Amino acid sequence: MNDQTAVINSINQSIIDRFPEWVRIDEREGYEGVTVESTQLVPFMQTLRDEFGYDSLTSVTGVDYLPEEKMEVVYHIYKSTGGSILVIKTQVPRAKSVVPSLVGLFPGAAFQEREAWDLLGIRFEGHPNLKRILMWEGFAGHPLRKDWQEVFFEGEFKPYEDRWPEGKVSKIEANNPYKENIAYPKGFNPETWIPEGEELLFQGTAVIEQEDPGIETEQLVVNLGPQHPSTHGVFRMVAALEGETVVDLEPVMGYLHRNHEKIAERNTYSMNIPYTDRLDYFCSMSNNFAYALTVEKLLGEKYQPPERAQYIRVIMAELTRVLNHFMAIGFFLNDLGAYFTPALYTIKERELILDIFEAVAGSRMMCNYFRFGGVVRDLPEGLEDHIRKLVYDRLPRQVDELDRYLVENEIVVGRSQGVGILTPEQAIGLSAVGPVLRASGVPYDIRRADPYGIYDRFDFDVAVRYHGDVYDRFLIRFDEIRQSIRILQQAIDALPQGEILANKPAYKFKMPAGEAYGRVEGPKGELGFYVVSDGTDNPWRYHVRAPSFINLTGLREMCLGEKVADLVAILGSIDIVLGEVDR
Amino acid sequence: MKGQGILKGLGVTLKHLFETYTEDIKAGKDRYYTEDGVRQRMTHDTKGIFTVNYHEERLPLAEAFRYVPFLVYDEEEGEQKVRCTACGICTKVCPSQCIWITRAEDPETGKPLKTPAEFAIDIDLCMNCGYCAEYCPFDAIKMDHDFELAGYERLEANIHRKERLLKPASYYAGIRPKSYALEQKAKAEDAERKAARRAKRE
Repeated sequence: MNDQTAVINSINQSIIDRFPEWVRIDEREGYEGVTVESTQLVPFMQTLRDEFGYDSLTSVTGVDYLPEEKMEVVYHIYKSTGGSILVIKTQVPRAKSVVPSLVGLFPGAAFQEREAWDLLGIRFEGHPNLKRILMWEGFAGHPLRKDWQEVFFEGEFKPYEDRWPEGKVSKIEANNPYKENIAYPKGFNPETWIPEGEELLFQGTAVIEQEDPGIETEQLVVNLGPQHPSTHGVFRMVAALEGETVVDLEPVMGYLHRNHEKIAERNTYSMNIPYTDRLDYFCSMSNNFAYALTVEKLLGEKYQPPERAQYIRVIMAELTRVLNHFMAIGFFLNDLGAYFTPALYTIKERELILDIFEAVAGSRMMCNYFRFGGVVRDLPEGLEDHIRKLVYDRLPRQVDELDRYLVENEIVVGRSQGVGILTPEQAIGLSAVGPVLRASGVPYDIRRADPYGIYDRFDFDVAVRYHGDVYDRFLIRFDEIRQSIRILQQAIDALPQGEILANKPAYKFKMPAGEAYGRVEGPKGELGFYVVSDGTDNPWRYHVRAPSFINLTGLREMCLGEKVADLVAILGSIDIVLGEVDR
Repeated sequence: MKGQGILKGLGVTLKHLFETYTEDIKAGKDRYYTEDGVRQRMTHDTKGIFTVNYHEERLPLAEAFRYVPFLVYDEEEGEQKVRCTACGICTKVCPSQCIWITRAEDPETGKPLKTPAEFAIDIDLCMNCGYCAEYCPFDAIKMDHDFELAGYERLEANIHRKERLLKPASYYAGIRPKSYALEQKAKAEDAERKAARRAKRE
């Protein structure tokens, strides 16, 4: 641990030596990384990228330090060749929170900066399209600011006072009559407002200037979604078409937005675990894992999970990856038009894995299984044997069968090969993570590049494919299932006996002040949690770096020049879950 | 050869189709509408038809399975003895804040009693996380196995009050035999230790 800190410090030092005037080490208690003057942010980041090799900007977010009247923008950046994260911060006054946009350097910041503007009201100067992304235009205020209160406001922090000892139950909605529970920004009339996307749609056709005056063509705007079976939820793509070719595309999201982060900032630390289940609802175990890791970083060494818990965590996380990739493959085939036969074959395997989750966690999807310092329950009798049979016997056989069934299918190949290409440079620039990044030829896997838990003990290969098209993104999921099964076999064989929780079961923790960024290689890519603690029972800031959401930044790049029929296949190959995109 | 991949894939579906029949013939009548049949479909070498005809057939629930909470009472000499002491820990750990407790008061002195006068859970808010059962120091609130709660009315029916929440300890022992046995053992040991301590003092 100390060696690692020393290495990070030496890197930090070399960076500071390069810019002695306006780069400082963040010296607040419990904080890490460096702070930069906001005016010098762009040249600084450019040097980091071009000279130091920090080429992947993974997370952009803000923290509202209301008592100090400061707004802090936090960047997490890493090298795509491996190594740990560098944290960069810049502070601006809260009343005039303007920072230069990094979209020119890192196109992957585009959606995240829009999100920070939407939720925190940080203006990114130079952003080409700085408008709300999760909220709608008729929303008043920036909800993650600490002085913002919703109409359903019950109290600043949970637990609420009126629950005990004199609890009087009433339906929450009874206190919030319809039409009174909404506020619009000044001058906004919902009756006369025309949504932008629809405006485009109803204007419909705009005549394009033609080089060849003989043919008159029109550009057509097509809305896919929000209610569309192939969008995997309530997600909308506004595509401008010329003939059948996509000339422009914009993803529209936020239909499932519930402001997970604001809810979490009201919660205590342990209350958040069941909420993380609901982000990517296929992979609740991975979500739990990432959040538990982050908070354990804050809590310190005492909360290191015991051996058995470490192994159980790995087993659950890898089972989650297997089931997620089975589902991704099945539903990708659905998107291609192979209606539900492949999907049901894969759902069958998922069901068997969900049985394990039910036995161990009590719920099939909303597992709520991890605790700070371990897991909540030991494996029940006989389950270990069941998992062993599954990972040694059934799952390898079923992957091979699925491989035989789908991979060489000429229709699959014809529909997906050479479609939706993302080059490695684009993928890194667009902050793509997980299978999307690795299918573009970048062998970046956090389990190997920056190991967490006990992943450094297992023998596995980082799956990588080199074409960056839809077909490779489909194939890489087979590779990853196979590697996960390898890890699972090693983990179940080495599973030791012993404790499963480092400390006594607790719901309140003495949380030191500070910040932590924890990340895991989730099935969909890097899932990160950024938590800032001010030493109280509730996190001061809680941010989710959602892989599905940030992978969508690259959707436009992948779709340009493709046929409209391929949009669905391309979206399916990214594998998004709207619970995580919209949060 | 073009088309080979498709043919190979069709072979797989054909195999699946055949397996439904071969499995049926092999298992005879035992495969459907019996508990063993359903359990067989949950094993690692299941083949053929996988679905379960709910509600004639039901998947066996894992012991850890959790659905909305209920309150446990012990029966002592025909009387209901509610385990809950109205300490309020469940209201404090509940992530969705769906539990309301009114502590009972002594009608004469007005002092708070260690029992709830009213206990209500809004199951529209409850997310079945199981924290209340996990952190209750008196094993008084537990997660249920009954998940069939559909109804025609949602406002009053979905607020479970004390009368509806109370279930006997025997019911709890029935749905979670292993946890129940463990808890009883821990309680017996605890009582023994206390008795030993008292004996020492005397």
